[in-house]
Amino acid sequence: MLAKEVKTGIHFINGDEACCEGAIAAGCRFFAGYPITPATEVAEAMSRRLPEIGGIYIQMEDEIASMAAILGASWGGVKSMTSTSGPGFSLMMENIGLGVCTETPCVVCNVQRAGPSTGLPTAVAQGDMMQARWGSHGHYEIIALAPSSPQEMFDFTIRAFNLSEYFRIPVLLMADEVVGHMNERVVIPREEEIEIINRRKPTVPREDYLPYEADPDGIAPMATCGEGYRVHVTGLTHDERGYPVMDAKTQEKMVSRLVGKIRNNRDKIISTKNLYLDDADVVVVSYGITARSAMQAVSNARKEGIKAGMVKLETVWPFPEELIRSLAPQTNAMIMAEINGGQMVLELERAACGACPVSLVSNFGGSILHPNLIANAISKMAKGKT
Amino acid sequence: MPDKREKHVLITGFGGQGIVMAGDILGKAATLFDSKHATMAQNYGPEARGGACSSQVIISGEEILFPCVEEPDILVCMSQEAYTRNVKSLKPEGTLIWDTDLVHTKKADMQYKTFHIPATRFAEELGGKMMANIVMLGFVSAVEPLVHTDALKKAVLDSVPPATKDQNLRAYTKGREYGLSIIKGTIKQEQAKHQE
Repeated sequence: MLAKEVKTGIHFINGDEACCEGAIAAGCRFFAGYPITPATEVAEAMSRRLPEIGGIYIQMEDEIASMAAILGASWGGVKSMTSTSGPGFSLMMENIGLGVCTETPCVVCNVQRAGPSTGLPTAVAQGDMMQARWGSHGHYEIIALAPSSPQEMFDFTIRAFNLSEYFRIPVLLMADEVVGHMNERVVIPREEEIEIINRRKPTVPREDYLPYEADPDGIAPMATCGEGYRVHVTGLTHDERGYPVMDAKTQEKMVSRLVGKIRNNRDKIISTKNLYLDDADVVVVSYGITARSAMQAVSNARKEGIKAGMVKLETVWPFPEELIRSLAPQTNAMIMAEINGGQMVLELERAACGACPVSLVSNFGGSILHPNLIANAISKMAKGKT
Repeated sequence: MPDKREKHVLITGFGGQGIVMAGDILGKAATLFDSKHATMAQNYGPEARGGACSSQVIISGEEILFPCVEEPDILVCMSQEAYTRNVKSLKPEGTLIWDTDLVHTKKADMQYKTFHIPATRFAEELGGKMMANIVMLGFVSAVEPLVHTDALKKAVLDSVPPATKDQNLRAYTKGREYGLSIIKGTIKQEQAKHQE
């Protein structure tokens, strides 16, 4: 008898294990990866769990091959994922682009540690946020989520699979060392309570199927290898048949659809958790583990009578620029809290568009931001304007 | 009965002593078997064994946001290095707990509430020093009841390999009974070893 696919119940597990359980609950049955701290426990849990339920775990020779393997598995019709951290994420970049160009659903979990290079293998950072957005070459759009707790590692992994299946794109789960290694309560619902989205399948007769002919919303139904439909998969610029066509017209058409299917569906993708925004003088924006420090700081500030509010980014890419653009003119100041030298703050500045001052609270990694640091910035910004 | 206030516990030692597992069991006891909130964050170096290692456990009646323990209410030291490094962080009214044989304390530390147990020696007597962390948990459950006793015992049994349940239960009981005897005054704590 096969083991339980969905481990319904209350658990005290770390974020990496929760990610594994989320993936399995979402229907992932193929994992290829190379162990790296602090993401090793995702692979470890997968290596234990997948064989129990008829899935496949492969330990690859490196992260380039890992990324290639999950793309291949996805074209074989299986939901697939990999997990890694900084150095491995760098190696995956080229094939993430291949996944974007070939519209291959899959999930990449990056449990961020401090860099550059091997940096601090066992310590936290959020330094790969811009790499997540722009790390592969060429112009493209991407979807990335940032969990703040083991519970969100579970929930967001499921959402990552659903988004990747729906939009046919690699989805990045941008976790961090503390969220990955921290144990906390994780509630796994019953299987029938979990919403699962599967890739759209072709409905036309086999002879009429064009693998890259999109529906009006920009998303093409996906036939996988062995289903009897003709498929051709290439990273070269291709037409609706999937065959390479080397001209500017085809490039324009293909890339505008790849970009458009994300840009035009931002409302379906973007998710934020907003706290006390109605009367907020100072708004803190944060994500991942840092959002917990920020939330503590905002709640402390409220107790002191400062009207602080918060936007917790659940999806970091695409960035919720419409929300920020509407908040900025009615806010005295905005603060980005993140563990890097200032990455998402650039987006915050761009979206705030000069309508209010924007400042950064950060460090370069190794430890999480103390709520007091953020609280000090809140009271400074609050005083600055009143 | 343990109170509803947030309790910060720092368990320290070196890699391979089951420091993170002890934190995991404590957090699990609070979360799964005592209806509380808990977080367990860990710190360790790149070495597989032997490097400094700690687990930070917060137990609370409410949701916990910042998961780091900075000034512990309870500090457990399973190595000299861990003691030296962390003792200054203990709250003035905090409790210092250590392995009698592995840590030489300073006389000045006696300002804290102090308890010590030869956890590693007891574990060896019971069949393996790997269980020193479980002996220590049993001891902590007696001298600083953070969670319901049954909860901690359940969490131990839920966490150890099935074949070692009996052995670990003996280890847990040994630590707990030693702690209870000290509290009741039926046995005297061994002489602590002090640094010069």
